[in-house]
Amino acid sequence: MTKEQIKDTILEIIAQITPDEDLSNLKGDIPIREQVELDSMDFLDIIMELRKRYGIEVPEDDYVQLATLDGSVAYLEPRMRGL
Amino acid sequence: MVTKKPNEARIVITGVGLTAPNGNNLTEFRKSLLTGKSGIQKLNVRYMGEVLAGICHFDPLKYQKKKELRRGTRAGSTAIYCAQEAIADAKLDLASLDKSKIGIYIGITEHGTVETENEIYEIKQFNYDVRFWSHHHNPRVVANNPAGEVTLNLGITGPHYTLGAACASGNIGLIHGLQMLLLNEVDLALAGGVSECTGSFGIFAGFKSEGALAFHPDPEKACRPFDKDRNGLIVSDGGCIFVLERLRDALKRRAKIYGEIVGYAINSDATDFIFPNKERQVECMKLALNKASISPEDIDIINTHGTGTIEGDPVECQAIREVFGERPHAYINNTKSFIGHAMGAAGALELAGNLPSLEDCIVHPTINLDHLDPECHLNNFVINEPKKVDKVDYILNNSFGMLGINSVVIVKRFEE
Repeated sequence: MTKEQIKDTILEIIAQITPDEDLSNLKGDIPIREQVELDSMDFLDIIMELRKRYGIEVPEDDYVQLATLDGSVAYLEPRMRGL
Repeated sequence: MVTKKPNEARIVITGVGLTAPNGNNLTEFRKSLLTGKSGIQKLNVRYMGEVLAGICHFDPLKYQKKKELRRGTRAGSTAIYCAQEAIADAKLDLASLDKSKIGIYIGITEHGTVETENEIYEIKQFNYDVRFWSHHHNPRVVANNPAGEVTLNLGITGPHYTLGAACASGNIGLIHGLQMLLLNEVDLALAGGVSECTGSFGIFAGFKSEGALAFHPDPEKACRPFDKDRNGLIVSDGGCIFVLERLRDALKRRAKIYGEIVGYAINSDATDFIFPNKERQVECMKLALNKASISPEDIDIINTHGTGTIEGDPVECQAIREVFGERPHAYINNTKSFIGHAMGAAGALELAGNLPSLEDCIVHPTINLDHLDPECHLNNFVINEPKKVDKVDYILNNSFGMLGINSVVIVKRFEE
């Protein structure tokens, strides 16, 4: 997967979890939770979707790296590169 | 001589919110009951294939966001819809009320079965690896879930919980709400019952294994309580929540009053897991009549519990004959024949379907009663067509459940 594809994938997962939100203006460098209504249980949904779809396991200590869209892409790129 | 109770000790129904397989508010539901419109349809159920069921078609997005639906349960969504509709029907301005003095008491037959089955189905796709078990599971399956979702949706901070009483739960939610008002624990009660049972293959499979799941080539003819060709019950969804208030408060705000709950009773068979007990049903009806300080001759409508099972229906008829005599004055009907067995919602929903009779003096019928089983013989069954009668002052609502729990509610036409 390319970085762009990874970004689209993350946005698609967030859209599924927050179906009432407009994600068209989501900024990549601002924490996602500051831009959309996303609580800790929703965040765990993102982790679960990555596990279900791609078999990616994100350790709890790494959750902070998924705070922003850009951070998520950077963190996931080496793990999704071969997908 | 009966001493008249003070208005603060009289509990009245001032709002009705419901969803049934044949209507999503009282007006629609009542119309269906008076025009013979069934709500039973075919449904494909996991592992079971095609079964017959009563499915509600309310719009959950009327009161919830998509995200709330995703996170919550069908029972929670049903409860929210019914609670919101009841509050609107009662013309209550929630913003002006003390939300800490509102109690939510919702009867459930069971809860968590649907969600647990779904989770097990989900992790089966991952070779039963529990890392794929949802973090939403616990808040979805706790027994208070349907009532708790109502508090989240409406911002109500008073007590909330569910009451598990098998198929008697709808009546028992209502009775409990009344009791909490009489104890001055709350100033307003949202009380009734809900069911999401059609989402569970296990509920269908369990009844099928018991030999108690109805089947018929025509879904609308499958639920036939008291008919000699009945062959079981129909599992249905449903929800019904009433707004209950003290009469004093209802009069003060000039609320529409549907009726006054004047009698109620709950007792236990203590005899069997499944099979009913005539003596205890008789006792329960008599207890409710005593509580209302009326005699059997005063009852105008008996809404029967009858589910359409071979064993259960005759027992209730024997109990009614014993309480009301061989020629009861009361007209007798059955609401499940239209909507199936709405489980935790049944008692409340069936009472709601009959409430308008206090005003219009029309008794809705029992449908699909083509050949009355002689063992179920009662003289005043209203069969297949509604009946206009001279007066309806009192409705008696039977609702019984597994493990031998019986409940009876009596509602009186409101008179100051």
